[in-house]
Amino acid sequence: MKNIGLAIFVMLLLAGCENDKNLKNSISDSQISQSDIENFQNLVGDTVLFTVDQSGLRPDAISILNAQVNWLKEKKFLPITIEGHADEQGTREYNLALGARRATAVREFLLTRGIEKDRISIVTYGKERPLRVCSNEECWSKNRRAVTVVGQKIVE
Amino acid sequence: MVKQFFTRFIKLSSFICIIVFINSTFVISQNNDAPKLDMTVNRGVIKPISLAIPSFIKESGANSIISRELAKVISNNLDSTGLFRSIPQTAYVSTPLSFNTPVQFSDWSIINADVLVLGAVGLKPDGRLEVKFRLWDIAQQKEIGKGKKYFTNSESWRRISHKISDTIYTRVTGEGAYFDSRVVFVSETGPKDNRTKRLAVMDQDGANFKLLKHPPSLVIAPRFAPSSNKIIFTGYETGKPRVYLMDLSSEAITPLPELKGMSFAPRFSMDGTKIVLSMTQNGNTDIFINSLDTGIKRRLTTNSAIDTAPSFSPDGKSIVFESDRGGGQQLYIISTEGGEAKRISFGKGRYATPVWSPRGDLIAFTKIKERKFHIGVMRVDGTNERLLTTSFLDEGPAWAPNGRVLMFFRETPGKAGAPSIYSIDISGRNLRKIKTSSFASDPNWSRILN
Repeated sequence: MKNIGLAIFVMLLLAGCENDKNLKNSISDSQISQSDIENFQNLVGDTVLFTVDQSGLRPDAISILNAQVNWLKEKKFLPITIEGHADEQGTREYNLALGARRATAVREFLLTRGIEKDRISIVTYGKERPLRVCSNEECWSKNRRAVTVVGQKIVE
Repeated sequence: MVKQFFTRFIKLSSFICIIVFINSTFVISQNNDAPKLDMTVNRGVIKPISLAIPSFIKESGANSIISRELAKVISNNLDSTGLFRSIPQTAYVSTPLSFNTPVQFSDWSIINADVLVLGAVGLKPDGRLEVKFRLWDIAQQKEIGKGKKYFTNSESWRRISHKISDTIYTRVTGEGAYFDSRVVFVSETGPKDNRTKRLAVMDQDGANFKLLKHPPSLVIAPRFAPSSNKIIFTGYETGKPRVYLMDLSSEAITPLPELKGMSFAPRFSMDGTKIVLSMTQNGNTDIFINSLDTGIKRRLTTNSAIDTAPSFSPDGKSIVFESDRGGGQQLYIISTEGGEAKRISFGKGRYATPVWSPRGDLIAFTKIKERKFHIGVMRVDGTNERLLTTSFLDEGPAWAPNGRVLMFFRETPGKAGAPSIYSIDISGRNLRKIKTSSFASDPNWSRILN
């Protein structure tokens, strides 16, 4: 159920992109298919999780990011945006800065593994876009995340 | 007399509050399971000024709705301070029939009124309202200050109520005015994992709610310019956080120039010529000052830590901000000329969102300690920390124009969790929820309107 939800979310996201003049390099059918995106999300893993207040990459994050690197190397020129998020336990501004740190940590990892710099953009959402809505560690641990969104890049 | 008496009251009560804080680790709290010190303080020390405010006398063509509502808005304002208590009109033994009839003091002393507000409203031939009032000390049988008269178009009667409230409040308490002011905030609708956020403004009492026009993308933390005709806020129109200015009369939005990377947490200097904000480049968040006159942007901090939530001192010479350069989030002050930042917060827990009082004497902040959030105040040198609230999530204090009252937002936990705006006196008394037609967060208080 969750995966279907995610897939629908991405479809909506992509539908939104094509109408948004501020997002360039929106994907076309020739570059990437819907099933590619679903594979990336479900088989490769688009999300890495973080420890409270931390932006260091944990071993579980690194194995997911290694898989992302392999996938991204096959999809040459495909742009990506890394979203950094925080849980609700911090203040708004601090969480924006923390989300930026997390997204940057993922970007730095991808860069050191040879993903081209101009393919990657980052954004922080702080605590503005929680994935899970309960107010305990079960949800918070899922909300402290960086999500690699394939097929879009934000204009700098 | 009332004023002197009252000023002593306030000084005494805040003194007692401070003693309570120093001698114990208790926090004045609104939680049911926490010690209710505020109640003890209330009962022991504060006796509100008893206020009689009859419906305004109708003169030449005014309607009775306005004559009643003028009195109602004024008594709501004054009651909301916790320093006044309106006597119900049903308890009055007489009703004033004309503005100039001598006051029957015995009619008001018998119902224990300390202060009588006598007002009248009339409609001028050109369609304007004429509103006037006089303020009486019942015990002394003397007028407090001189009567005042206002002319306005009839749609603006609420503002006249706020102006009259301000005059009564300042004459009786000696504190600065704050009722004739507005609040800009974020109106929130929808479920927690799919919130729609819109910029909105309202009067300080929650009336005249209005959504502002802007693109549907996420918006965060609007702040007034000192003139109150502009706001600055963070928006996601380009897909990432960026600082924008909005002219409130035209609702035209312009991006603040000279910004790179991601920018957020903007605030005006008190003279309106500068913006301080934080900008994130390569994952590092630092503080910058942007001069609106010259367009020049200046970097203030170069630390690899998170430096954010900056706020100008009223004299424009210093910035208070939060940083995790020492490990956890703490508060620091730095000169607007740059140089070394001085840490001012040293207590246990994390300190965030510092805001300099318009009076210059205090800094309000959010504190996170043992998974609870608090709104607190401390002196500019970091001494005399007092926590005023506690809950699952209290955040983002905003000063009233007189530096005596704070607004902030409180978010409830869980799936149905949502934010509301509250106000509290800096003594820690009188926590009140501001009624809004949607969820509401990120309040910012204007100055007194012109």
